[in-house]
Amino acid sequence: MNLINNRLQALHAQYVASLRKEKRLVRSYQLLICIAFFTLWETASRNQWIDPLLFSSPSAIATLLVQKVKDGSLFLHTSVTLFETVLGFLFGTLLGTCFAALLWWFPRLSKITDPYLVVLNAMPKVALGPILIVALGPNFSSIIAMGTLISVIITTIVVYTSFREVDPNYLKVLKTFGANRWQCFKEAVLPASFPTIISTLKVNVGLSWVGVMVGEFLVSKQGLGYMIIYGFQVFHFTLVLLSLLIIACLATVMYQAVAWFEKKLMKNR
Amino acid sequence: MMSFLVVHRVSHTYFTEKTAIPALDNVSLSIEKGEFVSFLGPSGCGKTTLLSIIASLLRPTEGTVTLEGEKIQSMHPSVGYMLQQDYLFPWKTIEENILLGLTIMGIDTQETRQQALELLNRIGLKGTEQHYPNQLSGGMRQRAALVRTMATNPKILLLDEPFSALDYQTKLKLEELVWQTLKDFGKTALLVTHDIGEAIAMSDRIFLFSAKPGRLVRTFLVPSELRQLSPFHARQHPAFSDLFQFLWKELDSLEPNQ
Ligand SMILES: Nc1ncnc2c1ncn2[C@@H]1O[C@H](COP(=O)(O)OP(=O)(O)O)[C@@H](O)[C@H]1O
Ligand SMILES: [Mg+2]
Repeated sequence: MNLINNRLQALHAQYVASLRKEKRLVRSYQLLICIAFFTLWETASRNQWIDPLLFSSPSAIATLLVQKVKDGSLFLHTSVTLFETVLGFLFGTLLGTCFAALLWWFPRLSKITDPYLVVLNAMPKVALGPILIVALGPNFSSIIAMGTLISVIITTIVVYTSFREVDPNYLKVLKTFGANRWQCFKEAVLPASFPTIISTLKVNVGLSWVGVMVGEFLVSKQGLGYMIIYGFQVFHFTLVLLSLLIIACLATVMYQAVAWFEKKLMKNR
Repeated sequence: MMSFLVVHRVSHTYFTEKTAIPALDNVSLSIEKGEFVSFLGPSGCGKTTLLSIIASLLRPTEGTVTLEGEKIQSMHPSVGYMLQQDYLFPWKTIEENILLGLTIMGIDTQETRQQALELLNRIGLKGTEQHYPNQLSGGMRQRAALVRTMATNPKILLLDEPFSALDYQTKLKLEELVWQTLKDFGKTALLVTHDIGEAIAMSDRIFLFSAKPGRLVRTFLVPSELRQLSPFHARQHPAFSDLFQFLWKELDSLEPNQ
């Protein structure tokens, strides 16, 4: 008996070790690709294989980063953009969910608005940018509005669909206790749709970045989008690439934050 | 003196865009307090429809249902309904699930809470309060669903094929447990089933339904020697197989293609 146990334990240890080894291997390849990419970029740029004026180089970007951090302008632009994006993202998701709730509450309203939603969804929202800027003024409010607008319609449609697809038997259970519409919504419809809402969050992170970038391009006052458009105008591509890298990092962090939130919320399902 | 529950000339037709589907045709029956009755019949004979009407989840096209002489029109706290599957809310703990009815009805007091938790212990789910439904087996989940239904202390329980999704052994054990629990609390119960054995083992009276449209064909009184026995022991009794044979033939003769 003991012998078998020992053997099983040994096998299990072996299995765990192999899992760990695989993970290490994957990690080292990922690291390798990263190092190789930046090394290749640096070498190519130094040896003029690519145009350093256009593609810059990691060292130039790093130097610029240090300089911009020192004079404080990077922090300013980054925080402005982050602020706009997070707000746009939150507003888009919250408003979309509220609209979805409204449609669920008034089924006739949803029937009536259906074709309009389809049209609005199909329309490229960023094309509204100029109108927004004129209406709200060339400041951060119109940029946040862009970040919101770009995600709100699709959120409404997706979340409303999920509200409707909640298993009617959960509602039946609630109705056997005499639940009213609000109780049905609160106890079954909304919590059952959390997975869908979370997955729209993930999509909305990406969408809000697009909205905010376009907004900053148009308003051209502050933010990482402004840095990109400015760098483009004065042909300072190191600045453009620096902004891009920062955006990539921030978007990843936001996405990871949503993923963490999802894990926390979904742990019991 | 009027019976506890009276179904009077109830007919129901489902309307869809294309057709009208008659589900129930002129059903009348009455049930006494403390009785355990079964609705037996092939699937599609309107058992669930009738149950939904009694629970007033559905308004019949014709006819009335009265409970203790009172016409029921909106959802009545005296009626408890248990569905075919447990439908425990996966995002709620077992404790939150069994207290759901109390919360919805706004009678979530220290006392009713305590009663619900005691019932959970009694039914063998002690220690699962903080678990989530997906951590429980099918039988345990169905038991928790029973506690959720009984927590609001309804006078009559409507059970819509509550054991049909379970494996045979679990089903036998649960029949026993549910029967015993309902008897102890002196509840009136109405069980829907398509299982002849289950109907005989558990109930005092059996209503036999035929399909298309759903009609009440006959009523059978289960012999008193079986009624006194618990479901498991009733199944061993010689009278059980006699009644089984008899009901089998009755059901068979109802099949339309013979
Ligand atoms: N919501 C509905 N809409 C249309 N027809 C329905 C609906 N529910 C049930 N039916 C029909 O009514 C009949 C009785 O159904 P049901 O009460 O579920 O029977 P049972 O529970 O005995 O299987 C069936 O023919 C079924 O197709
Ligand atoms: Mg049914």
